[in-house]
Amino acid sequence: MKEVDVRLTVNGRECTARCEPRTTLADFLRGHLGLTGTHLGCEHGVCGACTVLLDGATARSCLMLAVQGQGHEVTTIEGLGTPENPHPLMRAFSEMHGLQCGFCTPGFILSAHEYLRENPRPDRQAMRKDLSGNICRCTGYVKIFAAVERAAELMAEPEAARS
Amino acid sequence: MTWVGQRVARKEDLPLVTGTGTYVPDFNLPGTLEVAFVRSPLAHARILSIDTAEALSAEGVVAIYTGPDIRDQVHALVLDQEAAPPGLETAAPEIYPATIEILADAEVRHVGQAVAAVVADSRYHAEDAAELVRIDYDELRAALDPEQARLPGAPIVFDNVPNNVQARYRIRVGDADAALDGAEHRLAMKIRSQRVMAAPMETRGVLASTVGEETTVWSSTQIPWAVRNSIAGAIGVPQRQIRVKIPHMGGGFGQKVNVYPEEVLVTYISRALHRPVRWVEDRVENMIASGHARDQLHNVEAAFDGEGHITAIRDRFVLDSGVACPYPLSSAYNVASHFRSMYRIANFSIDAECVLTHKMFNLPYRGAGRPEAAFVMDRVINAVAQELSLDPAEVIMRNLIADEEQPYRMGMPYRDGHEVVYDASGFPAAFERLLELIGYAEHRRTQTQLRAQGIHRGIGLGTYVEGTGVGPFESGQVHVDAQGHVVVYSGCAPHGQGLDTTMSQVVADAFGITPEEVVFRAGDTALLPYGVGTFASRSVVTAGAAIIESSNRLLKRIKAIAGEMLEMAPEDLEVGAGRVRVRGVPSRGVSFKEVYRAASPGPGARLPEGMDPGTAERFYWVPPTVTWGFGVVGAVVDVDPETGVVDVRKVVMLHDCGRVINPLIVEGQIEGGLVQGIGATLYEHVIYDESGQPRATTFLDYLLPTSAEVPEIIQEHLVGTPSDRNPLGVKGVGESGPISPPAAIANAVIDALSPLKIQLNELPLSPATVAAAIWRAGG
Repeated sequence: MKEVDVRLTVNGRECTARCEPRTTLADFLRGHLGLTGTHLGCEHGVCGACTVLLDGATARSCLMLAVQGQGHEVTTIEGLGTPENPHPLMRAFSEMHGLQCGFCTPGFILSAHEYLRENPRPDRQAMRKDLSGNICRCTGYVKIFAAVERAAELMAEPEAARS
Repeated sequence: MTWVGQRVARKEDLPLVTGTGTYVPDFNLPGTLEVAFVRSPLAHARILSIDTAEALSAEGVVAIYTGPDIRDQVHALVLDQEAAPPGLETAAPEIYPATIEILADAEVRHVGQAVAAVVADSRYHAEDAAELVRIDYDELRAALDPEQARLPGAPIVFDNVPNNVQARYRIRVGDADAALDGAEHRLAMKIRSQRVMAAPMETRGVLASTVGEETTVWSSTQIPWAVRNSIAGAIGVPQRQIRVKIPHMGGGFGQKVNVYPEEVLVTYISRALHRPVRWVEDRVENMIASGHARDQLHNVEAAFDGEGHITAIRDRFVLDSGVACPYPLSSAYNVASHFRSMYRIANFSIDAECVLTHKMFNLPYRGAGRPEAAFVMDRVINAVAQELSLDPAEVIMRNLIADEEQPYRMGMPYRDGHEVVYDASGFPAAFERLLELIGYAEHRRTQTQLRAQGIHRGIGLGTYVEGTGVGPFESGQVHVDAQGHVVVYSGCAPHGQGLDTTMSQVVADAFGITPEEVVFRAGDTALLPYGVGTFASRSVVTAGAAIIESSNRLLKRIKAIAGEMLEMAPEDLEVGAGRVRVRGVPSRGVSFKEVYRAASPGPGARLPEGMDPGTAERFYWVPPTVTWGFGVVGAVVDVDPETGVVDVRKVVMLHDCGRVINPLIVEGQIEGGLVQGIGATLYEHVIYDESGQPRATTFLDYLLPTSAEVPEIIQEHLVGTPSDRNPLGVKGVGESGPISPPAAIANAVIDALSPLKIQLNELPLSPATVAAAIWRAGG
């Protein structure tokens, strides 16, 4: 199949790669840009493991084509934090045991990021509904709720106190 | 400080939370070829012809393999992993091994069976070409109902399995027939646990890369050693030319406790083409071509007296094994050994048949027979209460084994051949505490009033026991390396259980260091000659025992070497902070690094007379038998009697898993297990239609619990009974969560609608099922 150039802004950087027009955004991020933190759990838009932020809003990267992302800002888990400088959500998920196998975790963290931006003071009842677009098979979600609440505390602290 | 018992955050988390972990699909080896499978669209058919010509000429295609192509090079897997051990003769087990073809040779036996493998330069191209493979089938009659499949005239799944009965056993304790004949009261029930699947968030996947004679196989598996041995046998190469490693792995829950054809074939192709080759299962494949579970139909009878004491149970059940269960006795036999739970039931009779059908095969999924057994037993208890108009809690209490009867002997062998003897006690106290925590008395006072307000609230109760830490063995090795690190190897295969952290806590205490300082490696067949894996609530028990025993032996060894260096008696030395020190004179000592140097072969060695060089000790721990955890579970539900919708508001669980090494991790296991149990109770169902077509092939049809379905969960670790069957005093906990929710929730729904006296004996409790039960009861 004929390939096309795709230009995306990913994690704040301009990225260009050639791919078939049918390439999904998830496959483009993983295969062409090497950003394998975006996981594929179902490839039919239910499980949420492949969640990325598109102009700051959550999107299923398995249901989008890479070409549809042109002109938009894509943020993946790699753009949120790094092992050297993990985002408070990443620290909170570990601290509160909000993950076991870790496969759903990047997508969950990005959904939680969107949730906390809109609800800096999380409410557990609301969170149960608002985070229900991501499936976790290991934790039973209880410690994910605790992790999101903990992240809200960490994010409310002044920058200096965090490090 | 002591690390065991602390809520230590996990060491393994940083790559996982930052998206820098490496699961099978994440590797980026240059030149990797990708595989897509052509799978059977029919439940049972003869293959008339396969035409690959057009597919072979498609863009990017490198090779295509069919069953006849590999017939002489790759043998089918004949899995008889379950020999009956001595001691099991009284159960009269009959077992036929499972045959699993790598690619269908002449006949397909379930929808989803692999027929051809297309190898291409990308997954996109492999899938394109897979659509161009033309296969002609002659459709045959399929065996789909296990009760029918065992009768004469049914289609036969494998010629070597007469009447499609792959396994059977029977247990007789006391005389259930006589007790039923002479019973004051008796009842009979038909109870079904539906077919479900584990649905780990990461599907299966395998990547093989060959360098020289050795192929490294990264596979998402719970049993790397068995995978290695089976691959080597199937493709006819020495085992040591195959190295199986698990990279990061997105869950398993039993679905990955099996050697699958794809693991064999991908390895074979890598060796044939001298290229890295990978197959990553997609979700639809996972739902039709990775192991399913449960699927049991019980016909149970109970005898009881006027006070609700159960005097006998007689059960006959059929397990739908699908196309050939690699562990024919595992889940089936767990039913018998866990059936009577925490109850004193003197007369017990059970007959089991595991029947082949033209569906995906059945594997032991988290709980493995225990949820099915607990559903039957605690539905029976509830029905006895209903029959006698007694409170179910009262009937449970009257049947619980008292502390003075412990250690209670169940009068039958466990699957390992040893007699079932509980090494636990405190059943009545745990149950009373459950009633208190869940507010049972208050509920009884307010239930009628709530009902008058239109709130149909019920509480249901369940109990379980769990034999944990099953053998045959597990391996551990602990050594001090050249830099002075304490390094642990184990044959377990962690994939989310937090075993790195848990085992590091144990080793940190032994060596006086921190868990962060321990280097833990597992799930790699190059590390140790023997290993088993992670499943069956076994790793903390079995790998833990192997690791602590290796640690103790290594401590002895390094003290002896340090004694030689310091010219001191080993008894006068102690170990802490990476050093061996003189007791009372902490400034005098040698570092682990110096001990390593002194223990190295060569002229610089300073070893005690007769000691071999080295700072490593290895131990294979063989459990005497399983160690028994137990627990009690209560569910609070609201039921909408118009729609049959069940809202689980609260689940309370108390459990004894012996000594707790990391409470944070144990809580996570319980919560995750409970929610899987809620899914299997209310939502999940693998449905095959009357032609053998699977009807749940996406997450839109197979409903997993989301965060919106999670109730309030209250759990309490019972200060129970540390095991004396292993050196750490631990009991397994991984599978305990999903055992009791089906019974507890079903009983809660029945309680919510108690005036109607409904029966709920079939899972899942979908709105339609509950509404139908209400309708049948005239509500």
